[in-house]
Amino acid sequence: MRNLSIQPKVGHDTRAPSILLHAGTGGGHRTRPVYWPHMPLDVGAAVIATTRLSGDYNILTLDAPAIAAAAAPGQFVMIRTSAGSDPLLRRPFSIFEIVRDARGTPAAITILNKRVGVGTSRLACAREGDRFDVLGPLGRPFTPAAPPAEAWLVAGGVGLAPFATLAEALASLGTSTTLFYGARRAGELFRTEIFERLGVRLALATEDGSRGDRGLITVPLDRALAARGAAPVRLYACGPTPMMRAVAERAAAHGLACEVSLEQTMGCGLGGCYSCVVRVRGADGAPHYVRSCINGPVMDAASLVWEGLGH
Amino acid sequence: MDLTTRIGPLTLKNPFIAASGCFGYGVEYADVVDLASLGALVVKGLFLAPREGHPPPRIVETPSGMLNAIGLQGVGVHRFVEEHLPVLRGRHAVTIVNICGSSVEEYAELARILSDAEGVAALELNISCPNIKAGGIQFGCSLVGTRDVVEAVRRATRLPIIPKLTPNVTDVASFARAAEEAGADAVSLVNTFLAMAIDVETRRPKLSNVMGGLSGPAIRPIAVRMVYECRQLVSIPIIGMGGIASAADAIEFMLAGANAVQVGTANFVDPFIWTRLVDGLRAYMARHDVARAADLVGAVDLGAGARR
Ligand SMILES: Cc1cc2nc3c(=O)[nH]c(=O)nc-3n(C[C@H](O)[C@H](O)[C@H](O)COP(=O)(O)OP(=O)(O)OC[C@H]3O[C@@H](n4cnc5c(N)ncnc54)[C@H](O)[C@@H]3O)c2cc1C
Ligand SMILES: Cc1cc2nc3c(=O)[nH]c(=O)nc-3n(C[C@H](O)[C@H](O)[C@H](O)COP(=O)(O)O)c2cc1C
Ligand code: FES
Repeated sequence: MRNLSIQPKVGHDTRAPSILLHAGTGGGHRTRPVYWPHMPLDVGAAVIATTRLSGDYNILTLDAPAIAAAAAPGQFVMIRTSAGSDPLLRRPFSIFEIVRDARGTPAAITILNKRVGVGTSRLACAREGDRFDVLGPLGRPFTPAAPPAEAWLVAGGVGLAPFATLAEALASLGTSTTLFYGARRAGELFRTEIFERLGVRLALATEDGSRGDRGLITVPLDRALAARGAAPVRLYACGPTPMMRAVAERAAAHGLACEVSLEQTMGCGLGGCYSCVVRVRGADGAPHYVRSCINGPVMDAASLVWEGLGH
Repeated sequence: MDLTTRIGPLTLKNPFIAASGCFGYGVEYADVVDLASLGALVVKGLFLAPREGHPPPRIVETPSGMLNAIGLQGVGVHRFVEEHLPVLRGRHAVTIVNICGSSVEEYAELARILSDAEGVAALELNISCPNIKAGGIQFGCSLVGTRDVVEAVRRATRLPIIPKLTPNVTDVASFARAAEEAGADAVSLVNTFLAMAIDVETRRPKLSNVMGGLSGPAIRPIAVRMVYECRQLVSIPIIGMGGIASAADAIEFMLAGANAVQVGTANFVDPFIWTRLVDGLRAYMARHDVARAADLVGAVDLGAGARR
């Protein structure tokens, strides 16, 4: 029997030029296609500096000017934390800051590293002069809000990482910006001065009440939502999944646009392995797995299916 | 220096091929590497219809390797032909399509559809995916099943056909011979080893699918042994793979009997591995005064009195 017509069940994305990458199975969902505005580079980057912030957190400055120059807000890099095979795979990290030289030329990137396992422990113990292979910039960046819209950034713990570059982009657009930033205790609220310098308002919360509101970051967020003026607000969230989900639910309830930056396990970061999938509702209303490395890590919160989402 | 290698009627410019499931549909890498510089690329396994695959977690690292249970998420053959194949053609990629079926008829139908499409260099028959219930490995674990699939596809297409063998059998060489007798142009091996990892704190399997396939450097010596065994039994070309991460690893497979090699997991670690492989092979050939890469195939020196 020729031409057994088992056709794809759902519609196609619009035809795209060769460099556009489509979302995973099924297509038809509303995620914008992603392409590499700059070809990802693999840089053998020397550690220029490491700054210990706490027992679990450190900041690594990496000599990767080409990646620094190409990066857009919210993009990430894949770092090979060992030259051997333990661990075998690279680890994904948000580009925290773009470090510029005296003339303002991008010279380096920093990584806000939280030690959770073998790879992040290697970065926690790194010394000046150590070299790591750094691949990037990767992934779909944030869409910065422009005035009159306001930007509200909601960060939990290490979820602060993608927001420094976003805050810079927002500042250059002149967008009024607030950072809602929560952590377990005051000692784990890091580098707020980066944001203050950019004119970002801060709303802090700690679980033990040692700084800002006591409780979760939704405490100051709910207060701000209740007191909100007429200006449209665009929400951005990065942190533990329950936190991002809570923000997404509030965005939906208030009819606000919301982007979340996801942190799924990633094998390759380039769309090659299909390990990093999350479910997105397609045009047909049915959920489909899409690769969060190339269709994200920044995704439209309204399209995401939160049930079953890890981390 | 001649790096070309022949896989049945195909001549590849070098022996390095991107392995199925580890290179997306090739298009993902079109802006990262020059696709035309690879010997060939094998796209992710395709069924007739799109598939969702397994829920995450889909991969987990193990010592010097990784387990995967992706579950063959895929766009289906029609969308591949319409959307991705033209891109690959435009980049002059030598495209081998990995096909999976839940019946012999599905393999044959896929072969017919892909024979009509422009830009397919060969078909790799995935009869060895350990991660899905219906399809693939049920054929690859039985000599009769292997023969049935290869014969059916042989009748359906003039494209070169390359059954991909599973290592999850006692005597992989007998499967290579069954494939050869049924009309295969070459065989590729190995697919992943069925494996499992458990989180001892939670007592839960680390993969949603419970079991998955082991790949990476951890499997290399077993894969080399299997290629060697197949070389003793068949005369068709062999495409070897399993944990290749350097030119030396690739040469090891060639000495054991592989005419070409595939690289999977290592591409995740280093997407720019391809030029290193070509340069490394050239350097080795210069150092050992080898003019043709093909001369390395099966050239392991067993010495006197070694067990054959
Ligand atoms: C796009 C993206 C950006 C990221 N940005 C940052 C960042 O800026 N700073 C930072 O410190 N981390 C970031 N992460 C998370 C980071 O990649 C993981 O924490 C890291 O891969 C863990 O590696 P490991 O070898 O230390 O842990 P492993 O030894 O592999 O695992 C140890 C434990 O950590 C858990 N774990 C593994 N991966 C993740 C994950 N992705 N998220 C949460 N827990 C995980 C495992 O379940 C396990 O329990 C980001 C992840 C993504 C996908
Ligand atoms: C994430 C992943 C997905 C894979 N998907 C496929 C597939 O769709 N079809 C197939 O024949 N093999 C698939 N494989 C197996 C590889 O092609 C290869 O046979 C195996 O990984 C061994 O090679 P390596 O050690 O170089 O990775 C997959 C492997 C991995 C790691
Ligand atoms: S991490 Fe490999 S496809 Fe996303």
